[in-house]
Amino acid sequence: MLVSEREQLRGNIEAWVEQYGSNRSALIPVLEEVQRKYSHISEYVMQVVADILDIHPVEVSGVVSFYSFLGRKPKGRFIIRLCRTISCEMQGKDRVARQLENDLGILFGETTADGNFTLEWANCLGMCDQGPALLVNERIYTQVTPETVHDILEECRRTFGVYAPQLTEEYA
Amino acid sequence: MSHSFKQDCSRAPTSLRVQKINSPTLQVAVTVHIDDREIEVPVGTTILEAARQVGIHIPTLCFHEDLCVAGVCRICVVEVEGHRNLEAACAYPITAPITVRTHTRKVRMARRHILDLMLSEHYGECYACFRNNNCELQALAQEYGVDFFRFGHPEKPRYEIDRSSHSVIRDMDKCILCRRCVRTCIDLQEVGVLEVDKRSNQSKIITFGDKPLGDVICINCGQCINRCPTGALRANDPTDEVWAAIDDPSKHVVIQTAPSPRAGIGECFGLEPGVPLTFEMNTALKECGFDKVFDTNFAADLTIIEEGTELLLRLHKALVEQDAAPALPQFTSCSPGWVKYLEHFYPEYIPNLSSAKSPQQMFGSVIKTYYAQLNDIDPQDIVTVALMPCSAKKFECNRPEMCDSGFKDIDYGLTTRELAQMISEAGIDLPAMPKSDFDDPFGTATGSGVIFGATGGVMEAALRSVIELVCGIKVEDLFEHADIIPVRGFEGIRFMELPIKKTGPVPELLAGLVDDWTWLEGATLKVAVAHGTANAKKVMDDIKAGGRCSECHFIEFMACPGGCLGGGGQPIPTSPAIREARAKAIYAEDAAYEIRKSHENPAITKIYGEFLTDGPGGLLSHKLLHTQYTPRGKYIV
Amino acid sequence: MKTTDTSKMTFAQVESQRGLESALKMQPDEVRRTIADSGLKGRGGAGFPTSTKWNFAAETVGDLKYVVCNADEGEPGTFKDRVILTDFSDLVFEGMTIGGHAIGASKGIVYLRGEYTYLRQLLEGKLEERRRTGLLGKNVLGTSGFDFDIEIRMGAGAYVCGEETALIESLEGQRGEPRNRPPFPVNTGFMGRPTIVNNVETFAWVTCILVKGSKWFEKIGTETSHGLKLFSVSGDCRASGVFEFPLGITIKELLKKVGGENAKAVQVGGAAGHCVPASEFGRAIAFEDLSTGGSIIVFGPGRDMLHVAQNFMEFFKDESCGQCTPCREGNARLLEGIEMLEQGNCSMKYLRDLCRLGETMQLASKCGLGQSSPNAFLSIVEHFKDEIMGRIPAAC
Repeated sequence: MLVSEREQLRGNIEAWVEQYGSNRSALIPVLEEVQRKYSHISEYVMQVVADILDIHPVEVSGVVSFYSFLGRKPKGRFIIRLCRTISCEMQGKDRVARQLENDLGILFGETTADGNFTLEWANCLGMCDQGPALLVNERIYTQVTPETVHDILEECRRTFGVYAPQLTEEYA
Repeated sequence: MSHSFKQDCSRAPTSLRVQKINSPTLQVAVTVHIDDREIEVPVGTTILEAARQVGIHIPTLCFHEDLCVAGVCRICVVEVEGHRNLEAACAYPITAPITVRTHTRKVRMARRHILDLMLSEHYGECYACFRNNNCELQALAQEYGVDFFRFGHPEKPRYEIDRSSHSVIRDMDKCILCRRCVRTCIDLQEVGVLEVDKRSNQSKIITFGDKPLGDVICINCGQCINRCPTGALRANDPTDEVWAAIDDPSKHVVIQTAPSPRAGIGECFGLEPGVPLTFEMNTALKECGFDKVFDTNFAADLTIIEEGTELLLRLHKALVEQDAAPALPQFTSCSPGWVKYLEHFYPEYIPNLSSAKSPQQMFGSVIKTYYAQLNDIDPQDIVTVALMPCSAKKFECNRPEMCDSGFKDIDYGLTTRELAQMISEAGIDLPAMPKSDFDDPFGTATGSGVIFGATGGVMEAALRSVIELVCGIKVEDLFEHADIIPVRGFEGIRFMELPIKKTGPVPELLAGLVDDWTWLEGATLKVAVAHGTANAKKVMDDIKAGGRCSECHFIEFMACPGGCLGGGGQPIPTSPAIREARAKAIYAEDAAYEIRKSHENPAITKIYGEFLTDGPGGLLSHKLLHTQYTPRGKYIV
Repeated sequence: MKTTDTSKMTFAQVESQRGLESALKMQPDEVRRTIADSGLKGRGGAGFPTSTKWNFAAETVGDLKYVVCNADEGEPGTFKDRVILTDFSDLVFEGMTIGGHAIGASKGIVYLRGEYTYLRQLLEGKLEERRRTGLLGKNVLGTSGFDFDIEIRMGAGAYVCGEETALIESLEGQRGEPRNRPPFPVNTGFMGRPTIVNNVETFAWVTCILVKGSKWFEKIGTETSHGLKLFSVSGDCRASGVFEFPLGITIKELLKKVGGENAKAVQVGGAAGHCVPASEFGRAIAFEDLSTGGSIIVFGPGRDMLHVAQNFMEFFKDESCGQCTPCREGNARLLEGIEMLEQGNCSMKYLRDLCRLGETMQLASKCGLGQSSPNAFLSIVEHFKDEIMGRIPAAC
């Protein structure tokens, strides 16, 4: 990260704290903003947030590590979370998983070398009647088949260069 | 005496706090039946507290008297009539009349399972553990007759032991996730080094970024060690090196003993807390093979003279020289945990720290210079060992700047526990030892040195000397038996004001420093005492905000709750009652001394007459007895 | 992505705003009495009487109180809250506002699970509209002195945050670890203030009850389980989706309606619920028999029940918050046991040990998650022992 970007990052965090309130209750909303914009929460960020909210960095780290949607390691531009819970499993999530791994050339928990895709498991996405389901960032896909995996990935690739968070607005 | 630790958990995660019941409809007292015994308790009393009041034993593990309630280990579960689930006795505040059973079939089964589950993740062989026979998990396994591992047992260690710190060693294989260390570090001490990471059975206690303890903002206070129920946390133990030095005939091994270990070591030999073994220990140390046994209190007295002089000079600067920004209040610097805390969290206040070294380090440089010259020993052959109640002292003696004698001033810091281990290894029954005195030339020191062990003690010692040296009166004229009660006790932060009505002549010891004290007449000396870094934080924030503490002239800080007597090197367990007993022992020892003021210590007069001839605060004392600090900050890259 | 036709549900027939209007004509205690008369119990699964909860919160003295809507729908097999929030969010917001009036709260928070972030904009839009039309904000519907507004807060992917005290911890910026109880949130909740936490569906029914009257609701269902309930149905059946049934419906009746008659077992209540074998399909879905937040997963004749148990235990092993010993270690040991069963090398003695361990987890865990996590394992072991014991592992 450039030093100038770092300065900007601090500015962003300060603005978010301003928005959500400068007490501990603002911690998770602020972290969610960081996660959305930077796709991970770095040690530097955790220390800055802790400093501003007057808590300990290790507490921030404890919070980040607790929630599946917050992460300390950089992730891909598109985070694909495939539901692994029973209803999706019964509807063939294993084959979708296999196809995802094949098409991306990575295993679950990994990120593609180009930094575009991260594969993760998710617990119940609440789409049990239309499984298998997966989330790409904030967008939900249902009744995914090994065949449509390709289309989903292509759709993501087409938006390459579009910063991930903007997908939200497009599909909301 | 009030213990301000347990209740004050304002920054603890809410789940770990005992929450107040706020409802006016509740009755004031309720009747509880526990195993057919009846007791009336105030609303909000926990089942555990009520059971203890009627003498019923309920096992606990994550519960600790000094800490907020967590209710996570579940070993204390009991059956409450009408409740579908078992309740954790430590975390269940009684709000209505209930009937409790503490050892039904369900309860026994649950406790046994919980133990089995803990053991299924606890790696370690009891006989190869420093907590053998002093381990709460082991004791519970015995209590519940565990004779096999129902749900398995790790066969190999899974974690590397973190030995990066001079003071604290972490062995996560022995951790049972009771979170006492987390609660100690985050809410008791407000240092914030340890926290739970991740969730589920992936959760683990880690430092920020899972970095080695030596690389994070740990202040080495060791309070986590004192509260760990197992051997997951321990002090960095140099006993092998100390034995090796003793065994080496070419080495002259001297040990200095601090006041707090004497008040605590008996606990390691089965005595009640608060039985001092000062003079028995002197004999035992000689038996162990130490060549000389010195009293750290001599150096404590030296500290009072140096630190007191420094304070008077700062006051002179402020009041006479009209210095716009004198570094006041002056902070004490004898607690190495506190010093590192300040270096990390308030580095901008380093100028306020007294530049005087701690007694341990002063003694080290004096031994390797003055003592070496007196006895014609090559300082290279002297091995200095310090018996301290403290784990941070191990870090302190390894600070690179601590070699003003030309050598490492203190070679090894031993904790009370480690010395007890050495003594038992030597086959010595400490309580049965005959008494013997400390060695010359430092001899037995004063009561002022002794009370360094209790919170407020440094302040009391300093005041005793300042009053007499400045005002020219006897402390006893102001305080009965020279006991300065307002600075004693366990209140988290204590204040005292001392109006200086008239002053006396400048005593010989301080001649040359100032012409007279008249500039202090009419002034009011304001002092404060804080113990535990959570309280230190309050004081520092108050100073920053320009509050009452910022008006003080001198503030004593101790990193550990209770002061040194509650140090991270003291016998395990610790509790408010144990610390109180140790404090009593310390004040009783003080009262028994003939000389109770630092400046009256003949050895002090002697060293300034013979060796530190340019007096307190002079050039040589600055070289040997003072130090500088490192602004560390808290950001980690 | 919509498979459920919601147009025939009760919710579709209730006119928004009418419930709030009628509530605001009443005194707060009248509103609570109306809810009490309806017999409404929490729709999240625990089945605690809504009016009792509200009464506690109303009686607790406090200048600031909170109404929290638990939209952290994470129970495997549950998706009715998603459907409600998509189609009937006004009823939910209205129910929260009624709750605010009933307990004297001025602030509402919707805790929406992170997986449903795509719903956020829709919901924010609805809230904005309600503010514009005076249904939220200062002096709601012109009622002087009653201010109420609702904020949406996002979860971040932790099932345990559906537990009300964990949810509050999460709102306070902590790890989502359940608290010791008592005190309960109605006494000491968000920021130490009296707080009611209710499920999305509960709030929607509150609105319906105020529109259609408590009698209407009370008459439906059984003696102790009143009213209608939404069910999320998935698995081996012809019609999966969200259905509205009266409480007290038997599994058999339900299966008939969704086309799952040949099922060999049904999981009622999601991973935390119970696995009911065909022999017990006559049992009723009601608080007094099989209590559920509405998750119904149908297992056809070909399903391997050990795999089902494994999936559930993997879920709990991952989602346990990790603070208390029985849940943290217990779930891991149960999952290991399943793996042993899979390999065909779990002794009957050890299986019994594990079942007793399950009992301990039910009894001694700190929160509902741990207490219910062994349910699926225990019921599958109980009913399908023949299927899971003595397996011959596939050749490696």
